[in-house]
Amino acid sequence: MDFDLMLRVTPFFVAAAWVTVQISALSLALGLAMGAIGAALRLARSRLLRVLGTAYVSIFRGTPCLIQLFVLYFGGPQVGINLDPFAAGVIGLGLNIGAYMTESIRGALVAVERGQTEAARSLGLSRFQALREVVLPQAARLMIRPLGVNSVALIKGSALVSTISVVELTYTAQRYIGSTYKPFEMFAIAAVLYMIIVYGAARAVAWLDARYAIE
Amino acid sequence: MGLDFSVVPEYAHFLWLGVVWTSIVTVAAAVLAFFAGILFALVVLYAPRLVAYPVRLFMWLFMGTPLLLQLFLIYFGLGQIGIDVPALLAGIIGLGLHFAVYNADVVRAGIVAVDGGQNEAARSLGLSRLQSFTHVIVPQAVRNVTPPLGNNLIALLKDSALVSVLGVTELVHGAQLAISETYRPFEFYIVAAVLYYALNLILEAGLRLVERKVEATR
Repeated sequence: MDFDLMLRVTPFFVAAAWVTVQISALSLALGLAMGAIGAALRLARSRLLRVLGTAYVSIFRGTPCLIQLFVLYFGGPQVGINLDPFAAGVIGLGLNIGAYMTESIRGALVAVERGQTEAARSLGLSRFQALREVVLPQAARLMIRPLGVNSVALIKGSALVSTISVVELTYTAQRYIGSTYKPFEMFAIAAVLYMIIVYGAARAVAWLDARYAIE
Repeated sequence: MGLDFSVVPEYAHFLWLGVVWTSIVTVAAAVLAFFAGILFALVVLYAPRLVAYPVRLFMWLFMGTPLLLQLFLIYFGLGQIGIDVPALLAGIIGLGLHFAVYNADVVRAGIVAVDGGQNEAARSLGLSRLQSFTHVIVPQAVRNVTPPLGNNLIALLKDSALVSVLGVTELVHGAQLAISETYRPFEFYIVAAVLYYALNLILEAGLRLVERKVEATR
């Protein structure tokens, strides 16, 4: 182990880890929004909207995220979409994880017993009121764990944007492996930083879950 | 520059080559992930601490870092310690070990989930520890683990796309070869995506068959 070298390059890795955090946070926000929209489509009364929601989930979960990023970033300009690597990374990752979020949110909503809606409706609440006042508060607690699992997976998945030249943690590790020929040392630094972020996020999810989940 | 899918058939051989190698990489890595996953789970559950702890450390390390980084480590790392492996082999080992860790987690949980009373009942009926494990615990654990192992396999198929970064000519890299001659990324990546989707459908259909078989033993 070349500790001297490791010490010298660590600041660059820390800066890159910050980019990983930013990419993850932004694509998580987009993914959650897409998940909410997707779940609303999947549960809509209109058949057309339901088909739209199903198609979204099926396409984005049925193909590799890497290909989705490549279509967006390398193929985008052919159809008039010109994005810089960072924006393409956030949008690509967000759309991809949004399909998984859709299923988690939908799953939590349908897991709330039907009798709850029926009881709320028979008490005179409108469909919307029943959803907002009765179903959502219960579903929100059921969602924490699956949404958290997706979020942690998203952090690790964010490494994929290195392939469209976003200078984040994996890109930086790869660059330094190439220039120093010290794969173990470079992996060790990147691994420590990833694990701080990943297990930190996992702990946050576990805390939220313990705080709010039913059971 | 509009879209023109008419160029695709001329370069279809790159894509077919890609489909074949994606299938080979997926199957090879899945076999490794299956057996190594079971081995890791058994070690974590039953082996003495001295053996179990390094495996747990390895699992913790591989669960906390991205697959892409692990692929770089295995490809370049093996080279550094003097083992020159071809990209294809490094890719299969990397994918296989990554999913072995996730499979091990599933198998461990599947065994633990079998009620403790089952083992006690088997032992009190005179079965040895090994007999109780193979005849009572395992058949029940198999039903627990089949669906999640199937999900891992589906994830593996999609993540096999990552070995393209090592230069393995699977489906993504096959599309890239066609793109380098035609400069039409949109068309070829879309076609590659459709092919992945088709492979995914075939795999899912196969897994449903297996699940039904396993469920029928109940």
